[in-house]
Amino acid sequence: MATHSQTATAASPEEHRIVSLPSALSEHPAACQQRRTLLGILLAGASGMVGAALSAPLVRFAAYPLHESAEEAAWSDVGKLEEFESLSAPVARTIHVDRLDGWQRSQVENGVYVVPGETGRLRVLSSVCPHLGCSLRWTAGAKHFVCPCHGGTFNDEGVHIAGPPRRAMDELESKIENDVLKVRFQRFRQMIAEKEPIG
Amino acid sequence: MQSTMRPNAEASGRLSRWLDWCDARTGVRGLLKHALEEPIPGGARWAYVFGSGLLYLFLSQVITGVFLALYYVPSADHAHRTVSYISKVVSSGLFLRSIHAYGATAIVIVLFLHITQTLLYGSYKGRRELIWLTGCFLFALMLGMAFTGYLLPWDKKAYFATAVGTSILSEVPLVGAPLQQILRGGSQMGTLTLSRFFVLHVFVLPGTLVAFIAMHVGLFRKAGAAGTFREDPVEPRRAPQPFYPRQLIMDMAASLLIIVVLALAAHFYPIRLGPEANPSDTTYIPRPEWYYLPIFEWLKKLSGDWSFAGGIVLPSILALLFAAIPFFDRGRERRPWRRPVVVAGFTIFVASYAGLGVLSAHEDSHDAIIASQLARQKQAEIDTMREPFQPESSAADLPAATAPAVPKDPLAARGAAIFAAGPCQDCHGDHGQGSDVAPRLIGVGNKFSTDGLAYLLHHRTAKMIDGGMPRIDLDDADTKALVAYLRSLK
Repeated sequence: MATHSQTATAASPEEHRIVSLPSALSEHPAACQQRRTLLGILLAGASGMVGAALSAPLVRFAAYPLHESAEEAAWSDVGKLEEFESLSAPVARTIHVDRLDGWQRSQVENGVYVVPGETGRLRVLSSVCPHLGCSLRWTAGAKHFVCPCHGGTFNDEGVHIAGPPRRAMDELESKIENDVLKVRFQRFRQMIAEKEPIG
Repeated sequence: MQSTMRPNAEASGRLSRWLDWCDARTGVRGLLKHALEEPIPGGARWAYVFGSGLLYLFLSQVITGVFLALYYVPSADHAHRTVSYISKVVSSGLFLRSIHAYGATAIVIVLFLHITQTLLYGSYKGRRELIWLTGCFLFALMLGMAFTGYLLPWDKKAYFATAVGTSILSEVPLVGAPLQQILRGGSQMGTLTLSRFFVLHVFVLPGTLVAFIAMHVGLFRKAGAAGTFREDPVEPRRAPQPFYPRQLIMDMAASLLIIVVLALAAHFYPIRLGPEANPSDTTYIPRPEWYYLPIFEWLKKLSGDWSFAGGIVLPSILALLFAAIPFFDRGRERRPWRRPVVVAGFTIFVASYAGLGVLSAHEDSHDAIIASQLARQKQAEIDTMREPFQPESSAADLPAATAPAVPKDPLAARGAAIFAAGPCQDCHGDHGQGSDVAPRLIGVGNKFSTDGLAYLLHHRTAKMIDGGMPRIDLDDADTKALVAYLRSLK
């Protein structure tokens, strides 16, 4: 292919094809060369700026779920108060949580543990392991909560005993209303020592 | 190519070494040189920007399309909702959707300009027939993209336009009817139609487009740019100038103009989403996009026996003639005034096409009934856009609609109420479907007799107690009812 080369290399015979060039036009002075380079940089700069301006809406669009304002967590029923009256050990319960999942409302089932605290106060603990998010299970024999993934262990009040988790089981906000135990399900950041709600 | 570009000694020294490293492994310098030093006989011209304008638009459509697909769901029950979500909730959603929709119109316009320019300049001559043919195929693919994309929002406009479009297809002899059914995923329009159109729009057509664009550009570079119409197509006499920098600057300026126009249109006149598709709406008057209005008008004029000849045969003949132009107009003469047949033929076609479009708009605006219905439809779109976004309700919010029927047996029905009201459902799930903390109860009637179940309810096993099963406090009658319900779970 015959190229109109800007460099010192002349078009070789095999590069002549349909188009043949007067050889006088195959070289350019150095000043012209520098102007082309400057132009190249300007063009690249202009395209870069336009590209950056265009990418702003694209990035905001894709990242929308990160900065959408989270809904206030709703209250879910755990069970009638009388069920937990003579509670001596933690008991598992499934709660239904209403959530806004993108463009749809859905009801998600989550697991919680109702734990008898000191002075008869009921506490509701999240079944989500604060290490990496697996579901904790209560083993009545050993009287421990154990995480099946990496062996994190908590005592019957959710206090961390052994294993990689860095904090106790997360207690959820709970209340008693009309003799019904209610809980507000939330998720917390994994792997850190502080209990920090997500969203 | 020796590096003769050294604007700044030290930085460029490092840059140059890095480029050398890449070039030794990829040959990127040679590729760049080949791309940028494309010879254009007679030099750069504004007339040549439309091809690369199309390339830029295609890229823009792919990018905006990919981002839209982050939220869009191609099923009949979610399509409209997700497009509504994009338009009303997601940041810059309406803007990006508008860029995508107006981008399609822009492609049609720039395609027309590109075809007009290459036809008038006779740029299909001098062993460039395949460039023309691949170009024709690209044109068809682009029209296919516009058609398939149009359905995806699943509003009334999209639905009816596609119903009509696919019906026209059925008139093609022999293959028409099966083709229509394959495209629709059945004899009726439905969620399968949407899935198929989505696959065509996102995978099949874009993939084919990329392949054919590569061929089109490759063939173009092989034959060389034809240059102005005063140039001989086989052996241009004028000295060529390289693509870079002048033509590249012109191309980029044109693309910049296109971006700006699209962004302004998207910002000030955002695209609307109409009310959701409703096949039972008998008042709806469908109209295709502006570039198909002439065809729509033409079909209106044909009646009865002429509908096949005029609606299928004639367009096919015209398309074939168009594709065959390089094989008729073979001489080396490129000046438009010296090629009256092709130029006049093309001009007459374009004028007729435009005329039909104008006629269609005129007829619609002067028919009182149609005009008022179209105005109502436009208002419905505006109203739909004004409504705040409604998230889709989950099944749990509509228990009556989606729950399995209440057992017919009144005893079991009472048991169902006990099951739902008490703590049973909390652990064992709706209708005994089971959960993480309690087993599935569906089919438990196969494992235990009536008496067995009744006994179990009042005498929990150690395993049940460990699992958290509370004491059941039901009298005999209620226990019987609960057992009846449990046994009915299948």
